[in-house]
Amino acid sequence: MKQEYYFRLKQLSVGYNGRSIIKDININVRKGEIVTLIGPNGAGKSTILKSISRQLARIEGEVILEDRDILKHSFKELSSRMAVVLTEKMQPELMTCHDVIATGRYPYTGRLGRLTLNDEQKVDEAIRAVHAEELGTRDFNAISDGQRQRVLLARAICQEPDIILLDEPTSFLDVRYKLELLSILKKMAKEKGITVIMSLHEIDLAMKISDKICCVKGDHIARYGRPEEVFDEPTIRELYEIDNGFFDPTFGSIELPRPESEEKVFVIAGGGCGIPVYRKLQKAGQAFVTGILWSNDLDHHLARHLASEVIEEKLFEPISEEKIREALEKMKACSRVIYAGTPIGSMNAGLKQLVDQARKDGKLEI
Amino acid sequence: MMKLSQNMAGGADYHALNLKRKLRCTIVFAVLLFLCGAIIVYNINTGNVDIPLGKIARAIFLRQGDRHDMNIIWRIRLPRILMAAILGGALALSGFLLQTFFENPIAGPFILGISSGAKMCVAATMIYYVQYVGKMTSWSLITAAFFGSMITTGFVLVAAKRIHNMSALLVAGVMVGYICNAATDFILNFSDDSDIVNLRGWTQGSFASMSWENVYFAAVIIGLTVLAVFLMSKPIGAFQLGEAYAQSMGVNVKAFRVLLIVLSSILSATVTAFAGPISFVGIAVPFLIKSAMGTAQPLVVIPATFLGGSVFCMICDLVARMAFAPTELTLSTVTSMFGAPIVIFMLFRRHKGRR
Repeated sequence: MKQEYYFRLKQLSVGYNGRSIIKDININVRKGEIVTLIGPNGAGKSTILKSISRQLARIEGEVILEDRDILKHSFKELSSRMAVVLTEKMQPELMTCHDVIATGRYPYTGRLGRLTLNDEQKVDEAIRAVHAEELGTRDFNAISDGQRQRVLLARAICQEPDIILLDEPTSFLDVRYKLELLSILKKMAKEKGITVIMSLHEIDLAMKISDKICCVKGDHIARYGRPEEVFDEPTIRELYEIDNGFFDPTFGSIELPRPESEEKVFVIAGGGCGIPVYRKLQKAGQAFVTGILWSNDLDHHLARHLASEVIEEKLFEPISEEKIREALEKMKACSRVIYAGTPIGSMNAGLKQLVDQARKDGKLEI
Repeated sequence: MMKLSQNMAGGADYHALNLKRKLRCTIVFAVLLFLCGAIIVYNINTGNVDIPLGKIARAIFLRQGDRHDMNIIWRIRLPRILMAAILGGALALSGFLLQTFFENPIAGPFILGISSGAKMCVAATMIYYVQYVGKMTSWSLITAAFFGSMITTGFVLVAAKRIHNMSALLVAGVMVGYICNAATDFILNFSDDSDIVNLRGWTQGSFASMSWENVYFAAVIIGLTVLAVFLMSKPIGAFQLGEAYAQSMGVNVKAFRVLLIVLSSILSATVTAFAGPISFVGIAVPFLIKSAMGTAQPLVVIPATFLGGSVFCMICDLVARMAFAPTELTLSTVTSMFGAPIVIFMLFRRHKGRR
């Protein structure tokens, strides 16, 4: 059973100058798994990554790669197994991106470090994998941070590691390259069985790509497990100490806090039409009541975070008289009524009554 | 090669660039070698007494010629020019190593106060020797200079650990230099004028009056060190990416750092011991070579820097000797005059590049 795990942290304590920041790290990772460290800024994600890549002396515990502790691997041996992409700024002199990527072949070249034809091909492959062909001739110091990130990934790829450690690889990347980078990692993990351990700031992306999530909080690992186990609202809220917004685990989206105001607006919504209206009101700081929604409605997902009150109907039931009465009651207290343009069919026919009443009162806006 | 050019068709024009750079490096080497040869000949050829080429060739290769010419060539000019070549190369290379070590383009033995430290130790030893032992041997001179430069290097290293700011570190180095100079002056204050004459010549840097014994000695030490440095060009290349990456590539960073600093100290100590502190060669030459080659790859830069340093120092020595003949300028005057503007130009260009 134990043999199954490729990479294990046992009772690991990490920190600086002999003082541990994070204690009792126990993590088992299988070959080809993607493990993501999440946690607030300064939680020690980088410290963990530095310790398991042997750049920082650990305080206590073991880091076992395959069969042995990494301290028992020679530097050279370790370098052909483990590649890193760090946040530390690299400022090489007079090196093209191709030169930087080619340094990934270092563990495989001879005494003088000259590239063989085979090495050149590996470098070419890596460059193609991250779509950095057009960067090849550029000076590494003259490209953008995002481009640098891709070049460094290519560098790690042509190092042909079994395990790759990345410290916030997606920072500086725009949406397209974020997705691309993550899909490259996923491909490497699934096709080549490369184990990926990284830290990410984007919890939504972490949730979607990772096999395991590791929450770093305070002086210990708060949670470790599959994303669906870890990602619930309270865990995330506690992890990041969010007191001014919400995290929606279903879509991995982040919401600003619920608007508060004396005066309320009533939103007649449903079927996703309400979302743009909710957001607009949220931005204006206008509190609102909304309805009548089924609990599986797209609008409902957002409304429960943003609305002061949601009038809810039982799932798969037509809107009842009782709920309509409740809604009319609420509407009376509101100064404005916004009809979000939800189509009205047989199941939600009751909404028609609300619209009519609002029109009669002269409160209706569309 | 065939396969590479196929790849090029696939849009990978960096292979073309790499070939172009290789060509560029070859040209730089060719030019340096030519200059080196030309200057050696010219240097032997000119002076208070001009000796024609034919006589030089005969004197060197056949050891024939009239006594006077033979003396000038074999006793004075040849050892001097060889020493300029060997020590100049070593100085430039030690600058390159220090720049790699400190990840800082203007680090060099002179700037960091290493030469001044060596000078202090040499001054102290020299005076001690003159008083109690007699004439100083080149071995004890080297030892003194080596200790002096190691002590200051050590100090700069400690400072570098604490101070991560580049300019602060340089200031620390400059201050160490001042302290050492003050200490040297202090020692000199309490010694006889006759003892100082020797030292004054030494402190201003000169390749003059080198014996063959000195040449052999320097050639062996520097030759071995340069060979070791060349064999380390792979880890040096890794180190250029920063310590963390170097380690992830399999370099034992701690051992490597020690080795690097020891090698560069041996180089600068040997130079300082024989020729005194010589400024700016260590900064200017590596910069010129890297710019000329368009790469900082140690595999080519190390030999080219050595050659470049040789050429630079031989030219400077020639200027020192000839510009106001028969008055000889001190070597540092000339190297500073050529070197300092290059360094200023380099700083300007870096600044422009950052924007």
